[in-house]
Amino acid sequence: MLLSEMKENQTARIVHIGGNGALRRRILEMGILKGSEIYVEKYAPLKDPIELIIKGYHLSLRVEEAAQITVDNVK
Amino acid sequence: MNQKRLSIALAGNPNSGKTTIFNNMTGTRQKVGNWPGVTVEKKEGHVKKFGYDLKIIDLPGTYSLTPFTIEEIIARDFVLEERPDVVIDIIDASNLERSLYLATQFREIDCKVLFALNMADVARSRGFKIDDKKLSELLDVPVVFTIGNKNQGIDTLLEKAIELAESSYEIPKKRRVKYSKDIENSISSLKSFLDNWTEESIPYNTRWTAIKLLEDDKIVKKRVLSKAGENSRKILQEVQIHRDFLVDRFDDDPEIVMTDERYGFIAGIIKEVLTASAKQRIDISRNIDLVLTNRFVGFPIFVFFIWAMFQLTFSLGAYPMEWIGMGVNLVSKSLAHVLPNNLFKDFLLDGVIAGVGSVVIFLPNILILFFCIAIFEDTGYMSRAAFLMDKIMHLIGLHGKSFIPMLMGFGCNVPAIMASRTLESEKDRKLTILITPFMSCSAKLPVYIVLAGAFFGARAGTVIFGIYLAGIILSIVTGRLFRSTLLRGADAPFVMELPPYRAPMIKSLLIHMWDRSKIFLKKMGGIILIGSVVVWILSAFPQNISYSLDYNSAISEIKASYNAKIETAHESEKKLVAKKRDDTVAELIKAKKAEKAEKSFMGSIGKVLAPVFAPIGIDWRGSIALLTGFVAKEIVVSTMGVLYAADETEDSAALQNALLSSGMTPLGALAMMAFVLLYMPCLATVAAIRRETGSFKWMIFSVVYSTLLAWGVAFCIYQGGKILVT
Repeated sequence: MLLSEMKENQTARIVHIGGNGALRRRILEMGILKGSEIYVEKYAPLKDPIELIIKGYHLSLRVEEAAQITVDNVK
Repeated sequence: MNQKRLSIALAGNPNSGKTTIFNNMTGTRQKVGNWPGVTVEKKEGHVKKFGYDLKIIDLPGTYSLTPFTIEEIIARDFVLEERPDVVIDIIDASNLERSLYLATQFREIDCKVLFALNMADVARSRGFKIDDKKLSELLDVPVVFTIGNKNQGIDTLLEKAIELAESSYEIPKKRRVKYSKDIENSISSLKSFLDNWTEESIPYNTRWTAIKLLEDDKIVKKRVLSKAGENSRKILQEVQIHRDFLVDRFDDDPEIVMTDERYGFIAGIIKEVLTASAKQRIDISRNIDLVLTNRFVGFPIFVFFIWAMFQLTFSLGAYPMEWIGMGVNLVSKSLAHVLPNNLFKDFLLDGVIAGVGSVVIFLPNILILFFCIAIFEDTGYMSRAAFLMDKIMHLIGLHGKSFIPMLMGFGCNVPAIMASRTLESEKDRKLTILITPFMSCSAKLPVYIVLAGAFFGARAGTVIFGIYLAGIILSIVTGRLFRSTLLRGADAPFVMELPPYRAPMIKSLLIHMWDRSKIFLKKMGGIILIGSVVVWILSAFPQNISYSLDYNSAISEIKASYNAKIETAHESEKKLVAKKRDDTVAELIKAKKAEKAEKSFMGSIGKVLAPVFAPIGIDWRGSIALLTGFVAKEIVVSTMGVLYAADETEDSAALQNALLSSGMTPLGALAMMAFVLLYMPCLATVAAIRRETGSFKWMIFSVVYSTLLAWGVAFCIYQGGKILVT
């Protein structure tokens, strides 16, 4: 499942991070790593971007960026 | 006694409370400028403490030292090239894991680094317990707890920093940040290769250089190669061999693997130093966000905040603006009494004082606006605003944060363009600056009111609304056009932290506000002053105009004849005659002014340009008015008043009548309004564009583009309209 397909208040485990070089590395540097747990706090009122909680802090990503991230164990 | 000088650099993640600590250390003794070549703010302060003269440099907030953004390049280059005596890495203690990512990178550079675990109180209240001794031991770095907003631990921090700076540096015996075996092997083999092969020694520690080369760091690669001379090719080959091996081994780029491993290393540290005792307590910040970014009320609240900021800036700001205006008038008038009538007096009053006045008058707006923006930024609301607006702005190819400058443009473009500082990406900032002038500013409104009022009567409101709308549409078109041509590339990725809400500190708000306003006064004042003087010279010279009529003697003749009439007139008619006399004299003075304007250099230029303006239905008088509008758009109306020889009264009806009888058509008026909407921004705005893009070229580009667009649109309206009408 893609991170962009998750619903609000769901938790999941990150399986794979795709995308091109710089953006991909930036995402990793912000702590979105394979194996980390990620929580979807909410979608913006216009459904884009997404607010996530990772490693105890809040981060936002655009839906198109979140679509590069594959997750499993969605709860 | 000469005090010993030390330089201390403050580094850390955005929102780690770095600026608060900087403010507490340096107080108001700050120097704010830009880093060379870019428009990222550089802050410096001097403190005398513990017998030392400390120079403190506030590095831009970054999450990493990977050179992706300007901020990261600046921070890294400063540490590498300027070699500060100590780097203090300010770590948000309540967000330890991610903060340590930057910290481990400083550890790798082998500079003297010190960790400040800031917001220790917040961390504690969240139930986090950090073992500072263990952390210090594990990373071999001094660690100090601080509470920036309560000014706790700052002195200890400085003391430790001085101690560290004065200690002799020893290359750590044991490598603290370790990677997996394959990577470590590649690093050490590449390191010894570098040690052996480079003729001139590499300026940075070779282990770090090896790591960066493995990560394919473009900047480090370039610098190493420039030092390596003939060996460049061999180094490149060697690096490639190792990279290929690692790609093969991990099935991913080495830089990705190493990022992953750094976090792995950090996870190990976290396990040892951090104990989270209490369960997640009620998170106030999350609750605030439930309302402020709520699906239903989020936008209305946002609109309210923006409206409030607008109101404060332009309505509240109008009072001090008026006082400043009166003050400038007062100075001007009292000088007019004192000084003898000569050219210098005109120069001083109409050139210098009027010019300075036109700058200072914006100060209240700027101060209030930057105060509001500082509140948005310091509380953390700014990132929520970007979060809300990003979807819409993304359609134009812009970042969510571009919304605020664009909106401010409706008030005044000068603060609006300065507000674009909040955008991190240089391209986004430039694009925002280029399209903001199309947001019709409040100074253009009087021009629309006069023209639309004269030619469109009851439909004036609709016409003016249409003009505003045209500005918005053209800014969108321009945004998309530039995004796909000049400023190509996607807008900055929206990987943005939403920091917890924090109560702003008055001191920091005031420092923020004043720093930015100072830049406005200092840097733009000069340009505007020169510009005003030039425009004054153009409209005041040549001095000896041969008037078609000897106005002065005509005036005294009329005065004499009327005065004679008054003598003989009946008591009841005296007043009437006196009024008639004054009216006639005023008429003559006006005619003289109009002729003076017509025959000045400005008038000559206007007449030369008349053929250019003719196809868009603007006569030479209109073109002079537009030219003078370069100083400030308000002047367009007053120049038209002079040239169309209307009464200089507050009410615009006289000018409207004069315009109606001047041969201007409704179509011409519409074309002129469109031209005023779009053509080159006023002098103050142009100065702001120069300042904020940091380049003369972009300023010229903006002026040329907007003027060409203005002419094109006005041409289509006038000529197209003529075809439609007939």
